[in-house]
Amino acid sequence: MTVLCLVELDGGGVADVSLRALTFARALAAESSSGGVAAVVFGPADAVPAAELSAYGVADAYAVESPQLTGYAPLAWARALAGLADELSATAVAAAGTDHGSEVMAHLGSITGLPVAANCAAAGRNAAGTLQLVRHRWAGSLLEDCVLEASRALLTVAVDAVAPAVAEAPVATSVQAYQPALEEADLRVRAVESAERSAGASLATARVVVGGGRGVGGPEGFGVLEDLAGLLGGVVGVSRVVTSEGWRPHKQQVGQTGTRISPELYLACGISGAIQHMAGCLSAKHIVAVNTDPDAPIISHADYAVIGDLNEVIPALVAAIRARDGS
Amino acid sequence: MEILVCVKRVPMVGGKIVVTADGQDVDTRMSGFTVSPHEECAVEEAVRLVERHGGSVTVLTLGPPAAADQLRDMLALGASRAVLLETDGREWGPIATAEAIVAAVRSRADLLDGEAPGAPGCPYDLLLFGNEAADTGDYQVGVRVAHALGLPCVTGIKNLEVTVGASGQARREYGGSEEIFDLRLPAVISVKEGINLPRYPSLPGRLRAKRAAIERSVPEWHPEGLRKERLRVPAGETKGAQILGTGADAVPALVALLDDLGVLS
Repeated sequence: MTVLCLVELDGGGVADVSLRALTFARALAAESSSGGVAAVVFGPADAVPAAELSAYGVADAYAVESPQLTGYAPLAWARALAGLADELSATAVAAAGTDHGSEVMAHLGSITGLPVAANCAAAGRNAAGTLQLVRHRWAGSLLEDCVLEASRALLTVAVDAVAPAVAEAPVATSVQAYQPALEEADLRVRAVESAERSAGASLATARVVVGGGRGVGGPEGFGVLEDLAGLLGGVVGVSRVVTSEGWRPHKQQVGQTGTRISPELYLACGISGAIQHMAGCLSAKHIVAVNTDPDAPIISHADYAVIGDLNEVIPALVAAIRARDGS
Repeated sequence: MEILVCVKRVPMVGGKIVVTADGQDVDTRMSGFTVSPHEECAVEEAVRLVERHGGSVTVLTLGPPAAADQLRDMLALGASRAVLLETDGREWGPIATAEAIVAAVRSRADLLDGEAPGAPGCPYDLLLFGNEAADTGDYQVGVRVAHALGLPCVTGIKNLEVTVGASGQARREYGGSEEIFDLRLPAVISVKEGINLPRYPSLPGRLRAKRAAIERSVPEWHPEGLRKERLRVPAGETKGAQILGTGADAVPALVALLDDLGVLS
């Protein structure tokens, strides 16, 4: 069985989320003895990162090239995947559960009338040979065991569920160009990429995030968190209640409906730790909570905690760090 | 400008999710229900568009009879019509949900004597969805509806500008930059929280919502190829935090910890 995997690029290499999707796809393909992973990259053949794909066990890579296909066009991408999946008789098509991956798979599901299992964390075959899946609900706060019966399994892979792992041994990767059969309507919706870089990205990649929640008390309380973030070379992130109250802009929100962060240190101040918030910060290496309530859910998720009012603790911490730096 | 917004009733969960004994649902006995966050923003966006361009907002949900509460919440925000596709409480998959929505849209076209604006069979200029439901996160109902109605579709939208009866431009963030989509209306657009900050319902809005009629119909459920077996809470990584201290007295320990973690310069 061939598992076809949509591979997104990031700065010339395979995007981290797609390395995870490839790892998932390889495990799924290994369920049968004749299994293999084929990768699909949108762009010219010479832009395909063949060495990385080789390390991840991809024998066949397809570079989708078309003069009509200049930027991201979700329906056209889905049409290309559908065509390739048919040519290869793929038993499954997988993509990372990103905005692009999820959207393209939804179009593929619509074109084919097949179900799409979104945000999968694990896949295998049960005794009856049916595809048995674990998928994320509530952004990973809840798991669903489910079965998928379909002539072709369409799956997205939850972005933080599978750690990227190279294959036991690299395989030789052959790169072939694939020209999809597209119609005008397939190109009706396409993206133009703006030259501006969006500001939201800094939160996702920050090494230190200082979080503020309801306990901050109001918009005026964030100055000291900004000061602390500055001293630690980090940025401020906030909980949903803070953005819903209009205290801070949404682009600073950490959580299921905001940004997912994975810093070395997440210092969560006055944040209770609702599951929707935790879904966005559980990839943090270290979580330190400052909270007045020793029974707040965040305390059970944290590595370290200070029980106390952040409005007392954080100014004292800022003063202590400044005194230390000044000495 | 006629806008349809599709919303979903989801459990209001806080610090912890509890699953019912049969493993089929989230236990909501200690919580309530709400509208998925992205969708509340979709309703707010629709109300703002109608305030600017005229027209009306219809809000639709597929759910149990009690989902009328969520429709009334959305009427209080400024929607003027509410449609409940009533279920017996069991979970519907995205394919069946999309089919029921498409049937509801088409039935509205009949009311318009075939004089539908925009694409044939589509009585709305805009169909708004939340990008994905907070609970199931399927990310596909809007796309499936768009395909069935032959409409263009964009998802994940954080910024929307439209001109009545003509075109729209939708923007979203992706990979650190912004993607811009130009669209002809009618179109299906799914939005994300952050596109706006939903208003608090006004008192007159709430009173109007309380009295408003809700149109009901009962679509037929059908099974899908993806079948839920059971729900479970992931084996908790309850770390049991090491308590560094209480109040400002904990600051020296906190500084030492930050130093250990290498985040102090």
